[in-house]
Amino acid sequence: MKFRSLGAAVASAAAVSAGAGWAVDLEVTHWWTSGGEAAAVAELAKAFDATGNTWVDGAIAGSGSTARPIMISRITGGDPMAATQFNHGRQAQELVEAGLMRDLSDVAEADNWLEVVNPPSLLESCTLDGAIYCVPINIHSWQWLWLSNKAFEDAGVPVPATWDEFVAAAPALEAAGKIPLAMGKQPWQAGGAFNVMILALGGTDLYNTIFVDKDAEAARGPEMAAIWAAADQARQMAARSNVQDWNEATNLVITDQAGGQIMGDWAQGEFQVAGEVADQDYTCLPGLGMNAVLGTAGDAFYFPLIEDEEISAAQAELARVMLAPETQVAFNLKKGSLPVRGDVDLSAANDCMQKGLDIVSSGAVVTSTDQLITPDTNTQLEDLLSQFFSDMSLTPADAQERWAAIIEDAD
Amino acid sequence: MAAQPRPSQLFRNLNAKIASIPMVLTALVVFVGGTVWTVVYSFTDSRLLPRLRFVGLEQYERLWSTERWLVSIENLAIYGILSLIFSLVIGFILAALLDQKIRFEDTFRTILLYPFALSFIVTGLVWQWILNPEFGVQSVVRGLGFDSFVFDPLYNADIVIYGLLIAGLWQGTGLVMCLMLAGLRGIDEDIWKAARVDGIPMWKTYLFVVIPMMRPVFITTLVIITSGIVKLYDLVVAQTGGGPGIASEVPAKYVYDFMFRAQNLGQGFAASTMMLLSVAIIVVPWAYLEFGGKRRV
Repeated sequence: MKFRSLGAAVASAAAVSAGAGWAVDLEVTHWWTSGGEAAAVAELAKAFDATGNTWVDGAIAGSGSTARPIMISRITGGDPMAATQFNHGRQAQELVEAGLMRDLSDVAEADNWLEVVNPPSLLESCTLDGAIYCVPINIHSWQWLWLSNKAFEDAGVPVPATWDEFVAAAPALEAAGKIPLAMGKQPWQAGGAFNVMILALGGTDLYNTIFVDKDAEAARGPEMAAIWAAADQARQMAARSNVQDWNEATNLVITDQAGGQIMGDWAQGEFQVAGEVADQDYTCLPGLGMNAVLGTAGDAFYFPLIEDEEISAAQAELARVMLAPETQVAFNLKKGSLPVRGDVDLSAANDCMQKGLDIVSSGAVVTSTDQLITPDTNTQLEDLLSQFFSDMSLTPADAQERWAAIIEDAD
Repeated sequence: MAAQPRPSQLFRNLNAKIASIPMVLTALVVFVGGTVWTVVYSFTDSRLLPRLRFVGLEQYERLWSTERWLVSIENLAIYGILSLIFSLVIGFILAALLDQKIRFEDTFRTILLYPFALSFIVTGLVWQWILNPEFGVQSVVRGLGFDSFVFDPLYNADIVIYGLLIAGLWQGTGLVMCLMLAGLRGIDEDIWKAARVDGIPMWKTYLFVVIPMMRPVFITTLVIITSGIVKLYDLVVAQTGGGPGIASEVPAKYVYDFMFRAQNLGQGFAASTMMLLSVAIIVVPWAYLEFGGKRRV
């Protein structure tokens, strides 16, 4: 790393006379490798290259759970990249605590991030002891129900507007040979869908009591029992859904074999690629049509601490570029996610994205579970929910008790 | 010998000892050192980064009260025992059949050994498709007219482990067969002649004469199969991802998931220490019988 930056410094020495400043190569690692994602990253790279520095792309294929161990071992092993993606939340918390990340407070103050970033909780989860350690770059929300209009037409029932109507329409869908609810078999999908149900069916207060206060009594209480009853219905509706990946499940909805799917707003990209039109071919219900509140998960960039003035300055430059209004628009339109600042123009976004924007700008948001619970707790919850959705002999009451015990131990 | 003072044991064969120092150090530092380090840190509450804050047996208590770990252990036991029995039996029978001086032996051997050339990842994906009810065996049989035929091991939590077993056997028996065949070829032709002269039926010769003579081959095979069983991981990841639910989880996957996905090193270390312990419980008495016994003879 040292050698490379030295080389870059020597090479750029000639450019100094022209007053272009010091050009530095920054290696940026991330796990955005699908078509739309790569196009979005290219926007970031273009914006950064325009400052006279060079973006060295370090894409790691195979999703976050493959990429994160590699990133973490490089940072802890003393070979840090200049910037790296994580989901904002607690994934990089210990790296920050260990002093391995660059403090971005200087940039944040100069550019007034506290005013700009909306919702503010995004910046809060980047903050430790008053210092800011990461740049939130987009908002992804989980709380969406995607419905196939054609499937309901075939079943002879109107397209539901709420979760309750959807559950009521399930027998008609079954009778028409459709799978009512599409769901992939991977644990994170069952875990995520259940968290969505807590917020959408149980309300914001219940969500906060569980995930912010970690209140085990509430987790054992009757309100949660109602959620478990709903999850019990959901698993029966999803019983015939024999696919693994989330996009295969989305594909069941796109091809009208399934009525609907609970999935994050990234599913929208699949509908777009398939040439479907919102409200005409498919319907999206934020908050399952019950409680239009979105959780603000998403991605953030962290900058490992590197003792080098030039790199440090270039890191600040990159952080600034990532949050700039033009970059935010260009990046998020390609990515299909929402920008982290409320003061940019996204009129090019489609209907579903507009719905999401309206909700976020009205402030009807909660902090995402990634920010509230540790990956450890999250893994345990996902394992339990995955078991619940595949093993019909596990009763809702037993599952609730085990779930509450995990919440009780959570920190 | 008794009258002379014994030369110091330490300096006997000195060159060889010096030459083996690097290997001894590697073994001590990497294997023993790494193992001790893991065991020590399994008593801490390390999360993403290892840290020495001891919490006693807490990680182990949590481990043994976790449903997923118990399911993993049970799965490994079922898979392990069945895979051991079936790959030895099938492997031996195939080898015995190939040993009948049949025509095209090379061709058959190649076909049977071919799956072993594929990695577990490929094996897992192939069998995921074969056992998929919509595309694989079930749909083929239904296409023949048996409309109510049901065969979907990967989607049924009760039998998913047998779906893994089928794929594992398909991949592994070829190698066992080859080892057995090599062992059979090592049996002297005169033994067979003698057995024939005595009028002993062929199956009896195999069972009571040939197999006992093949003991070393069986032990080698046993070690190879067992080590493959304990580290069973990639097949599960590729074929079922541990599902449906947690029905096909295995211990090695638990260790990986908790160390990296859940960022809880302490829990992962506790699980890997238990794996080490269970291997030790099996291997130590066996090694004692196998190698300790000879010294006394």
